[in-house]
This record gives sequence, structure tokens and C-alpha cells, in this order.
Amino acid sequence: MSDHEQRNVPGLPCDPFHVRIHGRGGQGVVTAAELLGLAAFFDGFEVQAFPSFGSERMGAPVVAFCRIASEPIRVREPVTHPDAIVILDATLLHHVDVFGGLADDGFVLVNSLHSAADLGIDTVTDRVGRDHVAIVPAGELARARTGSPRPNVVALGAFGALTGTVSLDALERAVLGRFGPDRQDNLLLVRAGFDAVAAVGSA
Amino acid sequence: MREQLEGSQAIARTVARCRPEVVPAYPITPQTHIVEALGKMAKAGELGRCQFVTVESEFAAMSAAIGASAAGARSYTATASQGLLYMAEALFNAAGLGLPVVMTVANRAIGAPINIWNDHSDAMSQRDCGWVQLYAADNQDAVDLHPLAFALAERISVPVMVCVDGFVLTHAFEPLELPSAADIEAVLPGYEPRQVLDPDEPVTIGAMVGPEAFTEVRFLADRQLRGADPAFAELARGYGERTGRLLAAVRPPVPAAHTVVVALGSVLGTLEEVASATDGAVGVLGLVMYRPFPADAVRAALRDADHVIVLERAFSPGASAPVTADVRAALAGTQARISTVVCGLGGRPVTRAALHDLLATADRGELGEVTFLDLNDDVVGRELYRQQQAPRTGPTAANLLRDVVPAGRGSVR
Repeated sequence: MSDHEQRNVPGLPCDPFHVRIHGRGGQGVVTAAELLGLAAFFDGFEVQAFPSFGSERMGAPVVAFCRIASEPIRVREPVTHPDAIVILDATLLHHVDVFGGLADDGFVLVNSLHSAADLGIDTVTDRVGRDHVAIVPAGELARARTGSPRPNVVALGAFGALTGTVSLDALERAVLGRFGPDRQDNLLLVRAGFDAVAAVGSA
Repeated sequence: MREQLEGSQAIARTVARCRPEVVPAYPITPQTHIVEALGKMAKAGELGRCQFVTVESEFAAMSAAIGASAAGARSYTATASQGLLYMAEALFNAAGLGLPVVMTVANRAIGAPINIWNDHSDAMSQRDCGWVQLYAADNQDAVDLHPLAFALAERISVPVMVCVDGFVLTHAFEPLELPSAADIEAVLPGYEPRQVLDPDEPVTIGAMVGPEAFTEVRFLADRQLRGADPAFAELARGYGERTGRLLAAVRPPVPAAHTVVVALGSVLGTLEEVASATDGAVGVLGLVMYRPFPADAVRAALRDADHVIVLERAFSPGASAPVTADVRAALAGTQARISTVVCGLGGRPVTRAALHDLLATADRGELGEVTFLDLNDDVVGRELYRQQQAPRTGPTAANLLRDVVPAGRGSVR
């Protein structure tokens, strides 16, 4: 895409960059992967975003994936060795192997009000480095702005700030493109997530 | 202009540009997004005079498509899995009557045990119903195959099935280029039916034929279906010249290799990635057309191969597997060794790691005649052991689930 040259393109920490998103049915896990893919596409990257198609019901653990690369993506397999993990529901931390296969220099974003120590993920934080981990109260930030605790859009803003793989501009374009110009509240959510990491820094 | 789209949405928008006149629809996972999107477009008045008909079953969907096609309307529907089986009788009718219906099959396993995930059991079970079968390797193929399917169906008056791997392609979001209305119009002019129900010129479509002529009708139908191979090549060339995306019955093979893996559908991307790391030792032959089987092209592409490995996303219990049988027939009289590898059943991912191991096994000369990729021998062994111990061992599916997912633990996926 010509967009690639024109834009202030964020860099990929590695190429291809693999993201795995964990959450529960109803939290917008699949939509988060779709939006992340759309934003990365706007930033000029090749993208493949897809859900894992498990039990399609509220509350059930759900996983979705996103590959971002500079070259066309041919591989079709689930992401087993992610470079970044997004966890939209911290109650999954000790039920599902959410960190399985995470790269040693990978990124971790968790939606929670608690600290890494309280969440019991200090070992992961120590492994990937504190500047690669962000714990953001995405659900609370969303609830305060829209009344809905769905954390996905806030988490994406935070993800952009944490990893630098997608630009805030592209994320904003993505949510407007996906939900329509009538839903300007989504811009607030993206920025809230982005600012939560950009201002405070990582965990 | 490339757009970031879900496979299903891209297919639906492309089908809309193919100007269907009747779309009878019945939902089934993982196909539903396609007809849902077409339904929305019809409601918004974006499909012109197209009639979107919500019917009561897949049997009704195909029957309505047959009726509409016989009345001279360009007809389209989509289904998957059990829905395709429920259509089975009508599938044979559409082909036997020579009606150019086009249908997307979002490939999915067939129960029991019930399973909503992807493999090719559904379409392969209907390989003998007389339809053309085209398989998409990726979502760009899935998009481009639809205008070609309509054009091919109407050119030779035979129904065409476009097989797209359920979930893996239908639910994946990727950058895709949709053909413009003008690109499609160039390959797909208005529908000129070879036969049509018209009160002013009455004909019988669906006459009863006894032993005196049934064989000849069938002989001619086979001949007509085989015409899909050259017709597709010609249509795909014209379409490719406009769009820059050239499709063929078999994907361009890599330079002659001693070991060639034959496959169809979405596994091709992963397979090509793994094979490209072998420095030409392993080639890949991707089938786009499966019915009619492009035997000449397959034979030509495999002429230098000593070992042909066929990846099967379905199999024929008690015998072998469908693609292997066709490849074997195409290679009759040659010295090539043929191995069958059944993989990716019921949504099990076919990974680079598994394919890499497979090629290493083949390279050591240790690949047998039939292999089930990634088979969990431990789980199989435990059930076989149980069956030796007591006569009433209970349902196998439930037994295996208990072995695979210990009580109280959810699946990671």
C-alpha cells in the first residue's frame, strides 16, 4: 500500500508480529482482533485477523488472533507463539494458559484494577520486562465514559501506546470505520486507553 | 483498491456484483454471514430486482434455486455441512437438469460427533453429484472464484459449487481486492439460459427417462461437466487480464521436484510456506478445480515426481481418501509412489510444525501409505484398551472427551 510510505508508520518490534487476545464471550474479543487488524491495515501493513471459534456464548473463554506483517501472510494456523498478549478478563489468568508460548521480549496488556503482584503475574513481568507490561482498568474506563464495561476498544488504545505497532490515528479510523461516525464515543475509549499507558507508563 | 474485509463479507459483496436475481437462503454456521450480508443488501435495495427468499430448510433453498434457475433467473445460495447433506437430493437434480445454480459451501465437518469446524467432508461427500467444484486457497481466491463460477455455470449450463474453508477463511479479516462491477460484467454478461420455462414456448424440464435413454443422458451430462476445464481456463484468462489475478484449474506448480505435496483449500498457504523453506526439494500442487478432475494438468505437473503426498481434509472410511483416488488414477502407469495424509479434520489446525515433521518423515523414506497427521495415539490407545476390557464401554466420543479434557478444566482454545 502506498499508505505505507505516506504515513508516520509505527514500527513492528518483529516482523511478522503475532497478537493473541483472550477474553470472555461478550467482551468484544473477536471485534478487538478485527479492529486491531483494520488499524494495522490503515497503517500500511499486511494483516490477518481471525477468531478461534470456540463456544459462542456469553462468559465462555474466547481467543482471537492477529498477525501483522510487512509481507503478505500465507500461513493459516492459530498463533501459538505470540509476540503480544491482550487479556480482557483477568479471571482467565489462572484458568487458561494465557501466557502460553509468549516470546521472552513479548508484550502483555491486562484489563484490571489490580497490580501485577496482586494478579500473581510477577514472573511474567520479570521475564518480558516491566516496560513491556501494562495493566489498565479498561473496563472501568469504558464504564465511566459510556456506561458499558466492554473493555475491548479501551484495551486497543492501550495496546497501541504499549507496543507502538499501531498508531492512535489508525485506531481511531478503525473504530469509526467499524462502528460508524455516529459512535464518536469510541474515540473517547481509544484515547482513554492510549492515554492510560502513555501518561502513566507501563506497569 | 484493497480493503480490509471479512471473507464472508467480501464474498457477499462480490456475489452482489454478480447481479443474482434470486437468492433463497437458509442459515447454517459457518456460512451464515454470507447470506445475512446479502439479505441486508437486498433489504437496502442494493440488489436491484433480486428476490431474497428466506426458506424453511436447505432442501427448500436448493429447490427454490432450481425453480428460479429453470424460470431463467440467475440463482445463488450458500450452505455448509449438514445443510449440504440435507440438499443432497436437490443437488443431483440441479446437475441432472443442467441448471447453472451457483452456491458457496463454507466447508465444515459432518456429524456425528457434531462439530461446527472446518474440514472438507461436506463437499467431498457430494463430489459425485455432477456439480463443478472449485476450492479457494485464500480469501482473494474466494472472491475471484465467484464471478468465474457464475460465468462458467452459465457458459456450460452446469451448477457450480465454490468451496471456501469455514471459519479459517469465512471468518478471517484480510486485505482483499474486490472485482469492480465492470470487471465482472466483462466476464459475466446477462444470463442467457440454455433452457427456460416460458408459457409461450412450453418445454418439459425434468422429464422422466427410462432405460431407453438414461445412460445417454448421463453420458452427455458427464461430457458437459468435463467441458468446465477448458471453459474455466478461457474465462479465467479473460478475468485475469482485467484484474491481474490469474486463476487456473491447478495453481502454478513450483519447479519440478522429486517430492510434491498435493492439496486444496486454505491449507495451501501454510503448506507453500513450509515447502518454500526446502530449497526446491519439495513442490506443492494446489488444486483449484476438483470436479471435473483436471487429470491431464495433474499428470503433467507431477511427471517428474517420485513421491506424491496427498493432503486430505476428508477421508473415505474403510477405503482411502477422495483426492488420493483421483490423483492415483491420473498417475496410472507412472512409477510415482503415492502417500495419503489425512489432516485437519473437524477444525484441527494444520500447523507449520506438523507439516515440517511430515516432510522430514517423508525425506527419511518413512512415510507410510496412509497417515493421520497429529493423531493422538495415547487417546486412541486408551479407548482401544477400554474396548478390550468390557463389552459396554459407552459412547466413544464422550470417552475421548474425558481423556482429552480432564474434569474441571476448560479447553484452552
